[in-house]
Amino acid sequence: MWTLIQIELYKIFRRPRTYIAFIAVAALIIIIQFGLKLDGKSYADFLMKDIGGTMEIDGNILNGYLICYIMLQLLLVHVPLLVALIAADMISGEANMGTLRLLISKPFSRTELLLAKFFASTVYTLLLLVWLAILALFLSMWIFGTGDMFLMKSSYVVLLSENDVFWRYTGAFVFAALAMVTVAALGFFLSIFAENSIGPIVATMSVIVFFTILSTLNIPIFNALKPYLFTTHMISWKEFFDIQVNDANEAIVGSIQHPQKIVNSALVLVLHIIGFVGGSIWIFKKKDVLS
Amino acid sequence: MRSFLFIVALLISYSSIQAQDMTALVTKVKAKLDQVNDYEAEGNMKTDVSFIKAPIGKVKVYFKKPNKFRLKKEGGISLLPKGGVSVNMSTIITTSDFVALAAGEAVIDGFKTKIVKLLPSNEASEIVITTLYIDEPNLLVRKAITTTKENGTYEMQMSYGAYANYGLPQKVVFSFNTKDYKLPKGITLEFDDNEKPLSEAQKLKNKKGRVEITYSNYVVNKGIADSFFK
Repeated sequence: MWTLIQIELYKIFRRPRTYIAFIAVAALIIIIQFGLKLDGKSYADFLMKDIGGTMEIDGNILNGYLICYIMLQLLLVHVPLLVALIAADMISGEANMGTLRLLISKPFSRTELLLAKFFASTVYTLLLLVWLAILALFLSMWIFGTGDMFLMKSSYVVLLSENDVFWRYTGAFVFAALAMVTVAALGFFLSIFAENSIGPIVATMSVIVFFTILSTLNIPIFNALKPYLFTTHMISWKEFFDIQVNDANEAIVGSIQHPQKIVNSALVLVLHIIGFVGGSIWIFKKKDVLS
Repeated sequence: MRSFLFIVALLISYSSIQAQDMTALVTKVKAKLDQVNDYEAEGNMKTDVSFIKAPIGKVKVYFKKPNKFRLKKEGGISLLPKGGVSVNMSTIITTSDFVALAAGEAVIDGFKTKIVKLLPSNEASEIVITTLYIDEPNLLVRKAITTTKENGTYEMQMSYGAYANYGLPQKVVFSFNTKDYKLPKGITLEFDDNEKPLSEAQKLKNKKGRVEITYSNYVVNKGIADSFFK
Protein backbone atom coordinates (compact mmCIF):
# COMPACT_ATOMS: atom_id res chain seq x y z
CA MET A 1 0.00 0.00 0.00
CA TRP A 2 2.81 2.40 0.94
CA THR A 3 4.52 1.68 -2.38
CA LEU A 4 1.29 2.47 -4.20
CA ILE A 5 0.98 5.78 -2.35
CA GLN A 6 4.59 6.62 -3.21
CA ILE A 7 3.94 5.88 -6.88
CA GLU A 8 0.84 8.08 -6.86
CA LEU A 9 2.71 10.89 -5.11
CA TYR A 10 5.46 10.63 -7.69
CA LYS A 11 2.85 10.93 -10.45
CA ILE A 12 1.27 13.99 -8.82
CA PHE A 13 4.49 15.89 -8.20
CA ARG A 14 5.98 15.04 -11.59
CA ARG A 15 3.26 17.04 -13.36
CA PRO A 16 3.86 20.79 -13.79
CA ARG A 17 0.14 21.43 -13.21
CA THR A 18 0.60 20.44 -9.56
CA TYR A 19 2.76 23.48 -8.93
CA ILE A 20 0.23 25.93 -10.38
CA ALA A 21 -1.66 25.86 -7.10
CA PHE A 22 1.50 26.52 -5.04
CA ILE A 23 2.52 29.39 -7.33
CA ALA A 24 -1.00 30.87 -7.35
CA VAL A 25 -1.26 30.76 -3.55
CA ALA A 26 2.20 32.32 -3.15
CA ALA A 27 1.45 35.06 -5.69
CA LEU A 28 -1.87 35.98 -4.08
CA ILE A 29 -0.47 36.05 -0.56
CA ILE A 30 2.58 38.09 -1.51
CA ILE A 31 0.42 40.61 -3.41
CA ILE A 32 -1.94 41.02 -0.43
CA GLN A 33 1.00 41.37 1.98
CA PHE A 34 2.65 43.90 -0.33
CA GLY A 35 -0.56 45.94 -0.58
CA LEU A 36 -1.16 45.90 3.16
CA LYS A 37 2.45 46.77 3.92
CA LEU A 38 2.24 49.81 1.65
CA ASP A 39 -1.29 50.98 2.42
CA GLY A 40 -2.47 48.94 5.38
CA LYS A 41 -3.30 52.01 7.44
CA SER A 42 -6.00 53.16 5.00
CA TYR A 43 -7.47 49.66 5.06
CA ALA A 44 -7.43 49.57 8.87
CA ASP A 45 -8.97 53.07 9.07
CA PHE A 46 -11.74 52.00 6.71
CA LEU A 47 -12.47 48.91 8.81
CA MET A 48 -12.47 50.87 12.07
CA LYS A 49 -14.59 53.75 10.82
CA ASP A 50 -17.64 52.51 12.70
CA ILE A 51 -16.06 51.59 16.02
CA GLY A 52 -13.89 54.72 15.94
CA GLY A 53 -16.91 56.85 16.85
CA THR A 54 -17.04 55.32 20.32
CA MET A 55 -13.62 53.89 21.07
CA GLU A 56 -10.03 54.86 20.58
CA ILE A 57 -7.97 51.91 19.43
CA ASP A 58 -4.30 52.05 20.16
CA GLY A 59 -1.73 49.55 18.94
CA ASN A 60 -0.70 47.59 15.87
CA ILE A 61 -4.04 46.33 14.54
CA LEU A 62 -2.63 45.10 11.24
CA ASN A 63 -0.25 42.56 12.71
CA GLY A 64 0.58 39.17 11.24
CA TYR A 65 -2.30 37.44 13.01
CA LEU A 66 -5.02 39.68 11.58
CA ILE A 67 -3.46 39.65 8.12
CA CYS A 68 -3.41 35.86 8.11
CA TYR A 69 -7.09 35.83 9.10
CA ILE A 70 -7.98 38.25 6.28
CA MET A 71 -6.08 36.09 3.80
CA LEU A 72 -7.64 32.85 5.01
CA GLN A 73 -11.09 34.38 4.60
CA LEU A 74 -10.27 35.22 1.01
CA LEU A 75 -8.24 32.17 0.07
CA LEU A 76 -10.09 29.32 1.72
CA VAL A 77 -13.00 30.05 -0.63
CA HIS A 78 -10.76 29.62 -3.66
CA VAL A 79 -8.23 26.98 -2.59
CA PRO A 80 -10.88 24.25 -3.17
CA LEU A 81 -10.71 25.08 -6.85
CA LEU A 82 -6.96 24.41 -6.79
CA VAL A 83 -7.48 21.18 -4.87
CA ALA A 84 -9.99 20.08 -7.52
CA LEU A 85 -7.29 20.43 -10.22
CA ILE A 86 -5.46 17.43 -8.83
CA ALA A 87 -8.09 15.40 -6.95
CA ALA A 88 -10.59 15.35 -9.83
CA ASP A 89 -7.85 14.12 -12.15
CA MET A 90 -6.82 11.10 -10.08
CA ILE A 91 -8.91 8.46 -11.87
CA SER A 92 -10.13 10.32 -14.94
CA GLY A 93 -6.52 11.26 -15.78
CA GLU A 94 -5.58 7.57 -15.91
CA ALA A 95 -8.67 6.85 -18.01
CA ASN A 96 -7.78 9.70 -20.33
CA MET A 97 -4.24 8.39 -20.84
CA GLY A 98 -5.52 4.86 -21.27
CA THR A 99 -3.56 3.52 -18.30
CA LEU A 100 -6.46 2.78 -15.94
CA ARG A 101 -7.20 -0.66 -17.36
CA LEU A 102 -3.52 -1.52 -17.17
CA LEU A 103 -3.34 -0.24 -13.62
CA ILE A 104 -6.17 -2.39 -12.32
CA SER A 105 -4.64 -5.46 -13.90
CA LYS A 106 -1.74 -5.17 -11.41
CA PRO A 107 -1.67 -7.49 -8.38
CA PHE A 108 -3.52 -5.31 -5.91
CA SER A 109 -7.20 -4.73 -5.34
CA ARG A 110 -9.23 -1.87 -6.76
CA THR A 111 -9.90 -0.72 -3.18
CA GLU A 112 -6.15 -0.50 -2.49
CA LEU A 113 -5.61 1.40 -5.71
CA LEU A 114 -8.36 3.90 -4.95
CA LEU A 115 -7.27 4.37 -1.33
CA ALA A 116 -3.68 4.96 -2.45
CA LYS A 117 -4.83 7.54 -4.98
CA PHE A 118 -7.05 9.25 -2.41
CA PHE A 119 -4.26 9.34 0.20
CA ALA A 120 -1.90 10.80 -2.40
CA SER A 121 -4.38 13.56 -3.27
CA THR A 122 -4.86 14.13 0.48
CA VAL A 123 -1.08 14.56 0.88
CA TYR A 124 -1.12 17.10 -1.96
CA THR A 125 -4.01 18.97 -0.30
CA LEU A 126 -2.27 19.01 3.07
CA LEU A 127 1.00 20.21 1.54
CA LEU A 128 -0.90 23.04 -0.15
CA LEU A 129 -2.34 24.03 3.23
CA VAL A 130 1.08 23.83 4.89
CA TRP A 131 2.39 26.10 2.14
CA LEU A 132 -0.55 28.45 2.77
CA ALA A 133 0.19 28.43 6.51
CA ILE A 134 3.89 29.16 5.97
CA LEU A 135 3.16 32.14 3.73
CA ALA A 136 -0.06 33.50 5.22
CA LEU A 137 0.76 33.00 8.89
CA PHE A 138 4.50 32.71 9.45
CA LEU A 139 5.58 35.12 6.70
CA SER A 140 2.96 37.66 7.84
CA MET A 141 4.12 37.26 11.45
CA TRP A 142 7.65 37.96 10.26
CA ILE A 143 6.72 40.96 8.10
CA PHE A 144 4.01 42.57 10.25
CA GLY A 145 4.91 41.33 13.73
CA THR A 146 2.65 39.77 16.32
CA GLY A 147 0.46 41.04 19.13
CA ASP A 148 -3.14 40.95 20.24
CA MET A 149 -5.56 40.01 17.50
CA PHE A 150 -8.34 42.49 16.84
CA LEU A 151 -11.14 41.02 14.80
CA MET A 152 -14.10 42.92 13.50
CA LYS A 153 -17.24 40.89 12.99
CA SER A 154 -20.46 42.34 11.61
CA SER A 155 -22.11 43.06 14.98
CA TYR A 156 -19.23 42.89 17.48
CA VAL A 157 -15.48 42.96 17.77
CA VAL A 158 -13.22 40.37 19.37
CA LEU A 159 -9.91 41.13 21.03
CA LEU A 160 -7.77 38.03 21.51
CA SER A 161 -4.69 38.19 23.72
CA GLU A 162 -1.44 37.49 21.91
CA ASN A 163 -0.86 34.28 23.87
CA ASP A 164 -4.39 33.10 23.01
CA VAL A 165 -4.06 33.24 19.23
CA PHE A 166 -1.58 30.66 17.96
CA TRP A 167 -3.47 27.58 19.16
CA ARG A 168 -6.56 28.97 17.41
CA TYR A 169 -4.64 29.07 14.12
CA THR A 170 -3.49 25.49 14.71
CA GLY A 171 -7.12 24.47 15.17
CA ALA A 172 -8.25 26.55 12.19
CA PHE A 173 -5.67 25.01 9.87
CA VAL A 174 -6.52 21.48 11.04
CA PHE A 175 -10.17 22.25 10.38
CA ALA A 176 -9.35 23.82 7.01
CA ALA A 177 -7.42 20.62 6.17
CA LEU A 178 -10.57 18.62 6.88
CA ALA A 179 -12.58 20.96 4.64
CA MET A 180 -10.08 20.73 1.80
CA VAL A 181 -9.87 16.93 2.08
CA THR A 182 -13.67 16.94 1.69
CA VAL A 183 -13.24 18.85 -1.56
CA ALA A 184 -10.53 16.40 -2.63
CA ALA A 185 -12.91 13.52 -1.84
CA LEU A 186 -15.66 15.14 -3.94
CA GLY A 187 -13.30 15.66 -6.88
CA PHE A 188 -12.04 12.12 -6.46
CA PHE A 189 -15.60 10.78 -6.46
CA LEU A 190 -16.53 12.68 -9.62
CA SER A 191 -13.36 11.53 -11.38
CA ILE A 192 -14.70 7.96 -11.29
CA PHE A 193 -17.38 8.83 -13.84
CA ALA A 194 -15.32 10.53 -16.53
CA GLU A 195 -12.74 9.50 -19.06
CA ASN A 196 -11.10 12.90 -19.30
CA SER A 197 -9.89 15.31 -16.60
CA ILE A 198 -11.73 18.45 -17.64
CA GLY A 199 -15.22 17.12 -16.86
CA PRO A 200 -14.70 16.17 -13.18
CA ILE A 201 -12.51 19.24 -12.51
CA VAL A 202 -15.18 21.59 -13.87
CA ALA A 203 -17.95 19.56 -12.19
CA THR A 204 -16.16 19.77 -8.80
CA MET A 205 -15.63 23.51 -9.21
CA SER A 206 -19.26 23.96 -10.25
CA VAL A 207 -20.57 22.04 -7.23
CA ILE A 208 -18.38 24.11 -4.89
CA VAL A 209 -19.38 27.42 -6.50
CA PHE A 210 -23.06 26.47 -6.57
CA PHE A 211 -23.12 25.23 -2.97
CA THR A 212 -21.05 28.20 -1.73
CA ILE A 213 -23.52 30.63 -3.30
CA LEU A 214 -26.42 28.77 -1.71
CA SER A 215 -24.56 28.74 1.64
CA THR A 216 -23.95 32.47 1.56
CA LEU A 217 -27.22 33.61 0.02
CA ASN A 218 -29.40 35.11 2.71
CA ILE A 219 -32.78 34.18 1.27
CA PRO A 220 -35.03 32.53 3.88
CA ILE A 221 -36.19 29.76 1.55
CA PHE A 222 -32.58 28.51 1.25
CA ASN A 223 -31.81 28.76 4.96
CA ALA A 224 -33.36 25.34 5.66
CA LEU A 225 -31.04 23.87 3.06
CA LYS A 226 -27.83 25.36 4.41
CA PRO A 227 -27.09 22.84 7.20
CA TYR A 228 -27.06 20.05 4.60
CA LEU A 229 -24.50 21.70 2.33
CA PHE A 230 -20.89 20.81 3.11
CA THR A 231 -19.81 24.29 1.99
CA THR A 232 -21.72 25.76 4.95
CA HIS A 233 -19.56 23.69 7.29
CA MET A 234 -16.30 24.43 5.50
CA ILE A 235 -16.19 27.96 6.95
CA SER A 236 -16.53 26.80 10.56
CA TRP A 237 -12.76 27.32 11.01
CA LYS A 238 -13.74 30.90 11.84
CA GLU A 239 -15.37 29.66 15.03
CA PHE A 240 -11.89 29.20 16.51
CA PHE A 241 -11.58 33.00 16.55
CA ASP A 242 -14.73 33.74 18.51
CA ILE A 243 -14.42 33.85 22.27
CA GLN A 244 -16.88 33.27 25.11
CA VAL A 245 -17.67 35.98 27.64
CA ASN A 246 -18.83 35.51 31.23
CA ASP A 247 -21.74 37.30 32.91
CA ALA A 248 -19.53 40.34 33.54
CA ASN A 249 -18.77 40.55 29.78
CA GLU A 250 -15.13 39.50 30.31
CA ALA A 251 -13.73 37.36 27.53
CA ILE A 252 -12.60 33.96 28.81
CA VAL A 253 -9.07 33.35 27.55
CA GLY A 254 -8.74 29.96 25.85
CA SER A 255 -12.46 29.58 25.19
CA ILE A 256 -14.44 29.21 21.97
CA GLN A 257 -17.92 30.70 21.62
CA HIS A 258 -19.51 27.70 19.83
CA PRO A 259 -17.26 24.64 20.21
CA GLN A 260 -20.20 22.36 19.40
CA LYS A 261 -20.55 24.06 16.01
CA ILE A 262 -16.94 23.10 15.19
CA VAL A 263 -17.51 19.50 16.30
CA ASN A 264 -20.76 19.25 14.31
CA SER A 265 -19.20 20.73 11.19
CA ALA A 266 -16.16 18.46 11.51
CA LEU A 267 -18.46 15.44 11.79
CA VAL A 268 -20.44 16.53 8.73
CA LEU A 269 -17.21 16.91 6.75
CA VAL A 270 -15.86 13.53 7.94
CA LEU A 271 -19.15 11.91 6.91
CA HIS A 272 -18.86 13.53 3.48
CA ILE A 273 -15.30 12.23 3.11
CA ILE A 274 -16.36 8.72 4.11
CA GLY A 275 -19.39 8.98 1.79
CA PHE A 276 -17.43 10.21 -1.23
CA VAL A 277 -14.50 7.80 -0.81
CA GLY A 278 -16.77 4.87 0.13
CA GLY A 279 -19.02 5.70 -2.82
CA SER A 280 -16.00 5.89 -5.14
CA ILE A 281 -14.78 2.45 -4.04
CA TRP A 282 -18.25 0.91 -4.26
CA ILE A 283 -18.88 2.27 -7.76
CA PHE A 284 -15.36 1.64 -9.03
CA LYS A 285 -15.41 -1.99 -7.88
CA LYS A 286 -18.48 -2.56 -10.06
CA LYS A 287 -17.28 -0.44 -12.93
CA ASP A 288 -16.44 -2.01 -16.25
CA VAL A 289 -13.15 -0.32 -17.02
CA LEU A 290 -12.64 -0.05 -20.76
CA SER A 291 -9.93 2.59 -21.04
CA MET B 1 -40.26 95.93 52.13
CA ARG B 2 -36.96 96.74 53.87
CA SER B 3 -36.96 93.39 55.61
CA PHE B 4 -37.66 91.61 52.28
CA LEU B 5 -34.69 93.38 50.64
CA PHE B 6 -32.56 92.44 53.64
CA ILE B 7 -33.48 88.76 53.25
CA VAL B 8 -32.72 88.84 49.48
CA ALA B 9 -29.36 90.52 50.13
CA LEU B 10 -28.61 87.93 52.81
CA LEU B 11 -29.45 85.06 50.43
CA ILE B 12 -27.30 86.51 47.63
CA SER B 13 -24.35 87.00 49.92
CA TYR B 14 -24.87 83.50 51.40
CA SER B 15 -24.87 81.88 47.97
CA SER B 16 -21.75 83.79 46.93
CA ILE B 17 -20.05 82.68 50.14
CA GLN B 18 -21.07 79.09 49.23
CA ALA B 19 -19.54 79.48 45.74
CA GLN B 20 -16.35 80.85 47.24
CA ASP B 21 -16.27 77.94 49.67
CA MET B 22 -16.45 75.51 46.79
CA THR B 23 -13.60 77.24 45.01
CA ALA B 24 -11.59 76.95 48.19
CA LEU B 25 -12.42 73.27 48.45
CA VAL B 26 -11.53 72.66 44.82
CA THR B 27 -8.30 74.58 45.34
CA LYS B 28 -7.43 72.34 48.27
CA VAL B 29 -8.15 69.22 46.20
CA LYS B 30 -6.05 70.62 43.37
CA ALA B 31 -3.20 71.38 45.76
CA LYS B 32 -3.28 67.75 46.84
CA LEU B 33 -3.24 66.55 43.25
CA ASP B 34 -0.46 69.01 42.42
CA GLN B 35 1.92 67.04 44.62
CA VAL B 36 2.12 64.63 41.69
CA ASN B 37 4.22 65.89 38.80
CA ASP B 38 4.21 62.56 37.03
CA TYR B 39 3.38 58.96 37.71
CA GLU B 40 3.66 55.54 36.21
CA ALA B 41 1.20 52.87 37.29
CA GLU B 42 0.54 49.22 36.56
CA GLY B 43 -2.97 47.90 36.51
CA ASN B 44 -5.60 45.63 35.06
CA MET B 45 -8.09 46.95 32.55
CA LYS B 46 -11.52 45.51 31.99
CA THR B 47 -13.60 46.67 29.03
CA ASP B 48 -17.34 46.15 29.29
CA VAL B 49 -18.98 47.31 26.07
CA SER B 50 -21.81 45.27 24.59
CA PHE B 51 -20.19 44.92 21.17
CA ILE B 52 -16.66 44.22 22.43
CA LYS B 53 -15.39 40.84 23.58
CA ALA B 54 -12.11 41.56 25.32
CA PRO B 55 -10.25 39.80 28.12
CA ILE B 56 -8.94 41.62 31.18
CA GLY B 57 -5.57 43.02 30.14
CA LYS B 58 -2.51 44.26 31.97
CA VAL B 59 -1.87 47.93 31.34
CA LYS B 60 0.73 50.53 32.18
CA VAL B 61 -0.45 54.09 32.60
CA TYR B 62 1.80 57.13 32.38
CA PHE B 63 0.90 60.70 33.34
CA LYS B 64 2.83 63.94 33.36
CA LYS B 65 1.62 67.40 34.28
CA PRO B 66 -0.25 69.24 32.96
CA ASN B 67 -2.16 66.80 30.73
CA LYS B 68 0.12 64.23 29.15
CA PHE B 69 -1.37 60.75 29.37
CA ARG B 70 -0.51 57.40 27.84
CA LEU B 71 -1.92 53.94 28.37
CA LYS B 72 0.04 50.95 27.11
CA LYS B 73 -1.42 47.49 27.07
CA GLU B 74 0.61 44.31 27.22
CA GLY B 75 0.24 42.73 23.77
CA GLY B 76 -0.25 46.08 22.15
CA ILE B 77 -3.93 46.75 21.42
CA SER B 78 -6.04 48.78 23.82
CA LEU B 79 -9.64 49.88 23.46
CA LEU B 80 -10.57 53.02 25.36
CA PRO B 81 -13.63 55.24 25.39
CA LYS B 82 -13.03 58.10 22.99
CA GLY B 83 -11.70 61.14 24.82
CA GLY B 84 -12.58 59.75 28.23
CA VAL B 85 -9.81 57.85 29.94
CA SER B 86 -7.11 60.33 29.05
CA VAL B 87 -8.90 63.04 31.04
CA ASN B 88 -7.14 63.18 34.37
CA MET B 89 -8.45 64.78 37.55
CA SER B 90 -5.55 67.25 37.46
CA THR B 91 -6.61 68.46 34.03
CA ILE B 92 -10.25 68.85 35.08
CA ILE B 93 -9.56 70.74 38.28
CA THR B 94 -8.03 74.00 37.22
CA THR B 95 -9.60 76.59 39.48
CA SER B 96 -8.24 79.53 37.54
CA ASP B 97 -10.24 78.55 34.48
CA PHE B 98 -13.42 77.31 36.14
CA VAL B 99 -16.23 78.62 38.25
CA ALA B 100 -17.06 76.23 41.09
CA LEU B 101 -20.64 76.16 42.34
CA ALA B 102 -22.12 74.16 45.17
CA ALA B 103 -24.88 71.77 44.20
CA GLY B 104 -25.68 69.87 47.39
CA GLU B 105 -24.40 66.74 49.04
CA ALA B 106 -24.47 63.03 48.24
CA VAL B 107 -23.16 59.74 49.60
CA ILE B 108 -20.78 57.87 47.27
CA ASP B 109 -19.54 54.41 48.30
CA GLY B 110 -20.48 55.21 51.90
CA PHE B 111 -18.57 58.52 51.92
CA LYS B 112 -20.40 61.80 52.42
CA THR B 113 -19.47 64.11 49.54
CA LYS B 114 -20.03 67.71 48.47
CA ILE B 115 -21.37 68.12 44.97
CA VAL B 116 -19.48 70.79 43.04
CA LYS B 117 -20.34 71.99 39.54
CA LEU B 118 -17.30 73.19 37.61
CA LEU B 119 -18.07 75.51 34.72
CA PRO B 120 -15.21 76.42 32.41
CA SER B 121 -14.65 80.15 31.90
CA ASN B 122 -12.98 79.55 28.58
CA GLU B 123 -15.59 79.11 25.85
CA ALA B 124 -13.15 77.13 23.73
CA SER B 125 -12.83 74.47 26.44
CA GLU B 126 -13.69 70.93 25.31
CA ILE B 127 -15.40 70.34 28.66
CA VAL B 128 -18.90 71.83 28.96
CA ILE B 129 -19.50 71.06 32.63
CA THR B 130 -18.04 68.79 35.27
CA THR B 131 -19.79 67.64 38.41
CA LEU B 132 -17.44 66.58 41.17
CA TYR B 133 -18.37 64.61 44.26
CA ILE B 134 -15.68 65.66 46.74
CA ASP B 135 -14.99 63.82 49.97
CA GLU B 136 -14.18 66.95 51.98
CA PRO B 137 -12.41 65.43 55.05
CA ASN B 138 -10.04 63.40 52.81
CA LEU B 139 -9.91 65.92 49.93
CA LEU B 140 -10.61 63.18 47.41
CA VAL B 141 -12.80 63.22 44.32
CA ARG B 142 -15.02 60.15 44.64
CA LYS B 143 -16.97 60.65 41.45
CA ALA B 144 -16.86 62.98 38.44
CA ILE B 145 -19.37 63.42 35.65
CA THR B 146 -17.99 65.30 32.68
CA THR B 147 -19.92 66.51 29.66
CA THR B 148 -17.76 67.27 26.65
CA LYS B 149 -18.53 68.96 23.35
CA GLU B 150 -17.25 66.18 21.12
CA ASN B 151 -17.36 62.96 23.11
CA GLY B 152 -20.60 63.11 25.08
CA THR B 153 -20.91 62.55 28.80
CA TYR B 154 -18.79 60.15 30.77
CA GLU B 155 -18.66 59.30 34.42
CA MET B 156 -15.65 58.38 36.50
CA GLN B 157 -16.00 56.73 39.87
CA MET B 158 -12.86 56.42 41.93
CA SER B 159 -11.98 54.33 44.96
CA TYR B 160 -8.76 54.95 46.84
CA GLY B 161 -6.13 52.88 48.58
CA ALA B 162 -2.46 53.25 49.42
CA TYR B 163 -1.93 56.36 47.28
CA ALA B 164 -4.93 58.32 48.59
CA ASN B 165 -2.61 60.92 50.12
CA TYR B 166 -1.53 61.82 46.56
CA GLY B 167 -5.14 61.77 45.35
CA LEU B 168 -4.35 58.82 43.10
CA PRO B 169 -7.10 56.22 42.84
CA GLN B 170 -6.75 52.47 43.28
CA LYS B 171 -9.65 51.83 40.96
CA VAL B 172 -11.32 53.98 38.31
CA VAL B 173 -14.57 53.05 36.61
CA PHE B 174 -15.35 54.99 33.43
CA SER B 175 -18.94 54.86 32.22
CA PHE B 176 -19.80 56.30 28.85
CA ASN B 177 -22.40 56.22 26.12
CA THR B 178 -21.67 54.08 23.10
CA LYS B 179 -22.85 54.37 19.53
CA ASP B 180 -24.22 51.50 17.48
CA TYR B 181 -21.67 49.20 15.90
CA LYS B 182 -22.47 47.43 12.67
CA LEU B 183 -20.28 46.41 9.76
CA PRO B 184 -21.72 45.07 6.50
CA LYS B 185 -21.38 41.29 6.27
CA GLY B 186 -19.85 41.74 2.83
CA ILE B 187 -16.86 43.42 4.47
CA THR B 188 -16.46 40.93 7.30
CA LEU B 189 -17.20 38.01 4.94
CA GLU B 190 -19.71 36.54 7.38
CA PHE B 191 -22.67 34.97 5.74
CA ASP B 192 -24.43 33.03 8.47
CA ASP B 193 -27.43 34.82 9.95
CA ASN B 194 -27.87 33.46 13.47
CA GLU B 195 -28.36 36.78 15.20
CA LYS B 196 -31.52 37.37 17.15
CA PRO B 197 -32.98 40.91 17.13
CA LEU B 198 -32.42 42.79 20.39
CA SER B 199 -35.28 43.98 22.59
CA GLU B 200 -35.67 47.70 23.31
CA ALA B 201 -34.42 47.17 26.91
CA GLN B 202 -31.33 45.37 25.66
CA LYS B 203 -30.68 48.11 23.10
CA LEU B 204 -30.83 50.74 25.87
CA LYS B 205 -28.51 48.70 28.10
CA ASN B 206 -26.15 48.24 25.19
CA LYS B 207 -25.77 51.99 24.83
CA LYS B 208 -23.74 52.11 28.07
CA GLY B 209 -20.12 51.10 28.19
CA ARG B 210 -17.69 50.73 31.10
CA VAL B 211 -13.94 50.56 31.38
CA GLU B 212 -12.47 49.63 34.75
CA ILE B 213 -8.82 50.12 35.60
CA THR B 214 -7.57 48.67 38.87
CA TYR B 215 -4.13 49.99 39.71
CA SER B 216 -1.74 47.74 41.56
CA ASN B 217 1.36 49.88 41.78
CA TYR B 218 2.27 53.55 41.41
CA VAL B 219 5.67 55.11 40.87
CA VAL B 220 5.23 58.80 41.68
CA ASN B 221 7.47 61.76 40.76
CA LYS B 222 10.35 59.75 39.35
CA GLY B 223 10.35 61.74 36.10
CA ILE B 224 9.08 60.72 32.67
CA ALA B 225 10.55 62.21 29.48
CA ASP B 226 8.18 64.26 27.31
CA SER B 227 9.27 62.24 24.29
CA PHE B 228 7.65 59.17 25.84
CA PHE B 229 4.19 60.62 25.21
CA LYS B 230 4.74 61.24 21.49
